[in-house]
Amino acid sequence: MSEIEYRRVDSIHGALMFLRKVDGVALGDRVLIRDRDGRRRNGQVIRSSDELVMVQVFEGTDNLDLENTWVRFLDQPFELALSPDMLGRNFNGIGEPRDDRPPIVSSVRRNVNGSPVNPAARAYPREFIQTGVSTIDGLNSLVRGQKLPVFSGSGLPHNRLAAQIVRQARLPGDSSNFVIVFAAMGVSYSDARFFEHEFESSGVLRNVVMFVNLANDPPMERLILPRTALTAAEYLAYDLDHHVLVVITDMTNYAEALREVATEKGDVPSRKGYPGYLYSDLAEIYERAGRLRDRHGSITMIPILSMPSDDITHPIPDLTGYITEGQIVLSRELHGKSVYPPVNVPPSLSRLMKDGIGKDDTREDHPRVASQLYAAYTRALEARNLASIIGAEELSGRDRRYLQFADRFETSFVSQGESEERNIIETLDLAWELLSLLPPGVLGRVTAEDLRKYHSWEEGG
Amino acid sequence: MGEVVEVNGPIVTIREAGIRNGDQVTIGELGLVGEVIHIRHADALVQVYESTESLRPGEQVHGLGHPLSVELGPGLLGQIFDGVQRPLDEIMRQSGEHIGRGLELSALDRTRSWHYVPEEDLVVGARLHGGEVLGRVRETGVIEHRVLAPPECRGEIIEHAPEGDYTIDEIVARVRSEAGSVEDLRMYHRWPVREPRPYRARSSGNQPLITGQRILDTFFPLLKGGKAAVPGPFGAGKTIVQQQIARWSNADIVLYVGCGERGNELVEILQTFPELIDPYSGRSLMERTFLVANTSNMPVVAREASIYVGVTMAEYYRDQGYDVVMVADSTSRWAEALREVAGRLGQMPVEEGYPAYLASRLAAFYERAGTVDTLAGGSGSVSLIGAVSPPGGDFSEPVTSHTKEIIRTFWALSKPLADARHYPAVSWLDSFTDYAERAGRWWTREVSPDWPLRRQQALTLLTDADELERIVNLVGPEALSSAQRWVLESAGLVKEAVLQQSALDEIDSFCSPHKQFKLLDLVLRFHRGGADLIDLGVPVEQLTELPFGGELARLKSSVPNDDLAPLDDYWKHIDNAFDRLRVEYSGGSAKP
Ligand SMILES: Nc1ncnc2c1ncn2[C@@H]1O[C@H](COP(=O)(O)OP(=O)(O)OP(=O)(O)O)[C@@H](O)[C@H]1O
Ligand SMILES: [Mg+2]
Repeated sequence: MSEIEYRRVDSIHGALMFLRKVDGVALGDRVLIRDRDGRRRNGQVIRSSDELVMVQVFEGTDNLDLENTWVRFLDQPFELALSPDMLGRNFNGIGEPRDDRPPIVSSVRRNVNGSPVNPAARAYPREFIQTGVSTIDGLNSLVRGQKLPVFSGSGLPHNRLAAQIVRQARLPGDSSNFVIVFAAMGVSYSDARFFEHEFESSGVLRNVVMFVNLANDPPMERLILPRTALTAAEYLAYDLDHHVLVVITDMTNYAEALREVATEKGDVPSRKGYPGYLYSDLAEIYERAGRLRDRHGSITMIPILSMPSDDITHPIPDLTGYITEGQIVLSRELHGKSVYPPVNVPPSLSRLMKDGIGKDDTREDHPRVASQLYAAYTRALEARNLASIIGAEELSGRDRRYLQFADRFETSFVSQGESEERNIIETLDLAWELLSLLPPGVLGRVTAEDLRKYHSWEEGG
Repeated sequence: MGEVVEVNGPIVTIREAGIRNGDQVTIGELGLVGEVIHIRHADALVQVYESTESLRPGEQVHGLGHPLSVELGPGLLGQIFDGVQRPLDEIMRQSGEHIGRGLELSALDRTRSWHYVPEEDLVVGARLHGGEVLGRVRETGVIEHRVLAPPECRGEIIEHAPEGDYTIDEIVARVRSEAGSVEDLRMYHRWPVREPRPYRARSSGNQPLITGQRILDTFFPLLKGGKAAVPGPFGAGKTIVQQQIARWSNADIVLYVGCGERGNELVEILQTFPELIDPYSGRSLMERTFLVANTSNMPVVAREASIYVGVTMAEYYRDQGYDVVMVADSTSRWAEALREVAGRLGQMPVEEGYPAYLASRLAAFYERAGTVDTLAGGSGSVSLIGAVSPPGGDFSEPVTSHTKEIIRTFWALSKPLADARHYPAVSWLDSFTDYAERAGRWWTREVSPDWPLRRQQALTLLTDADELERIVNLVGPEALSSAQRWVLESAGLVKEAVLQQSALDEIDSFCSPHKQFKLLDLVLRFHRGGADLIDLGVPVEQLTELPFGGELARLKSSVPNDDLAPLDDYWKHIDNAFDRLRVEYSGGSAKP
């Protein structure tokens, strides 16, 4: 079948093309399209009957007409050729080079959709990664094989934070470095350039594979780009035994492309026009992070997404949060106060932290200190809120201490330099320095032993 | 034999004469399995449990002639199944780390033999009725498997195997019906998952399901055989609540259904449960646990099936006379699978894309909870606990609001509490239970006659404090009397010392009923003692400056369940300090 070119395009709209009377086309087939100028486009079968075949065209259907469009069904799914030569290269969403170098040739080719990992084959991620960032290491620790997104907003320094994590992430006592897969969808040229420059200047470029779709590239290509990138990541992790760090930005652009096709297909919308299957679709991407029992390599994923109107309940961050293993949320308010990284601590979370920290991994007081900082900071924010209503002078002595704690917490714990790398012990010691602003009577989350060891409270001090 | 007409994601249109609604079919070269859900003229619509990628029109279809059903027999416990009861370990042996398609696997191990002990009175000539216990098998160290006759079987026993080792494919008994036909019985039978298993009668449960979690057991108890929901935004703690119940609850058997959630959460159970010791039996938790897993990246349609596969297996152990708990994480993902299929069928959406039958399906599912008199003549129960994941944390959305109408215990998780790392983030304002009175009889009898009163006092203290906090936020703390400020302090202490309970704390992860009561009683005594002192004119600051707050909050994780004496001692310690203040402020007279 792959030899036959059809000229039976029946209708075209948006990213969709419909063909009539093509027999026995398989769902998910890769499609090659030639337009009247001989230009090639790529598509994929998303619905198939003998009567009508629906094809989604990644480059869009602009300038296509019904008469002069030739369509070939390749009789195979979308595959990516894989080889160690991918490292240091730059590709588009379907895996074609963007860097004027030859395409990857390899006998190893995999379906970019992957297939679901058997939960029984997974290993539970539990190795602490030190990022050098206190709000992450101390309060929302990242472990190898975790998927931990950054929820951000336009104009916030999520790229700088992601770059800092990429630069600094290491396992204490382990010298092997991460291999990086960078997947960019709908980002500006300058953002893409920023990352490339970062990789270059930190000398890791040889260990990076980039998949890039810029803001002015075809939006539908974003639907396949993360899948292509993760296919590469799986190859690097499970065939070549690397520990892979995948940075994906910006998932919001991905979800918008998905909404666009869904609307064209007439799928029933659920919230804000996004299709009901957005959750499952995102899960197919995010769940490709992890560790496998019998493999050495791992896939740690840091997706970045901008929350439309800074709204964390918007379907994209919301469904992401329901799938990923926590989230790092950035705050416009802290950014306004020049706090970098402006991590909004209360809504941030790492679900896999609990097994990666403590006595044998970081320090025995770590879990309790984290919990205590959360409790104290939220209590302190209440005090600050109260102060804004009734004035700080009216606060009780205890609340005034909390107020002081909140300020110090933001300016010296949350805030740090862009190239400042704090090790976990420094982070924990800093935490105790702040907790020492509060009397032991309000520190119910730590043990008496912790207090003796780390708390330096001076009455009236 | 028929053929594929159209492939539209998980929905495949086939043409096959004589196929019935609900029938299972296998499709195409790969042998994908699906279920007919709609018949329209000559065509039948099939929902397929596996990915339909690479399937094409014209491929062949075979009807299997029966609806989706499960195998029920020894060997279920300790296993992890996918949404249509295929063992994931076996899948891994056949297709490696990624789940292959079209695998034909049976749920129960065909090669393993079990030591079967026939019921003594079921000799040749005896009458057997449906659901009766035919014989016994030791399934795990803690669970004796009662081999049940299929519910619809009845007649005269014409053969019954002697005690011995048999595989589940061997015939252990033969029964002749009134009409004269002979039925072979094995240690397992099949049952269609969408049909509730029969029982003799429903009865009303009166035993609380003890979970060891204070906010659940003491404040919003659930009964064995009850139905509960845990709604909450992402990260609020639904999964941990359900895992804690799976770990610590005093049920005989626990079934954990991971429906559209994370793979790692199931791995966590698989890796930790075998090593955890069940506080009731003293044996590995895995001996009473089994799992159904359809993770978020697995095909959507099997997610819909997984809930029914789960509850049917739960009913099967209920019918053996056990108290079974099934936790389902998350029912919202199940509802979304329903929505997905309805959308592809072009059914009219009524709210947020959900079909009109959402509410009735939810109600029918939860209706399968309950305590029953079994066909075998005993009593058993299924408790259903469903997590609900409302979009944006909005409880007015369809799945949460319909569920709320159906269940009797509602553990509402709150984002502000979770943000403050106050776990379990169960809101004392938004949660409710209809079982408090019946649970109270048990607590009164087994723990303390003061239980209902203390519970009420604590709830009142908490609601009063919330009201007072509103006032403070409007006009500042100066507007409150000393007594009111003490209420705020004490409520804060109830939250920190009683309600907050870390699942990760070695000692506090499980709190026995006696410890639950003593802790609460101690904190309330502290409150009353303090209130009396304030009446005498002791300033609130003087009380809050005492070190008791932090110390009381630490008792839960330093006093073990099996030695509660330090709680009594601690009261003496407080009482002494209070006594000194009393003397000071009442002009010399110590406590009478
Ligand atoms: N009782 C608890 N004790 C200690 N930590 C808890 C408790 N409950 C929740 N947590 C913490 O909160 C995190 C999130 O909890 P959980 O995974 O149960 O949330 P969830 O409501 O199931 O979220 P989602 O809907 O996204 O699955 C956990 O990883 C854990 O760190
Ligand atoms: Mg969960």
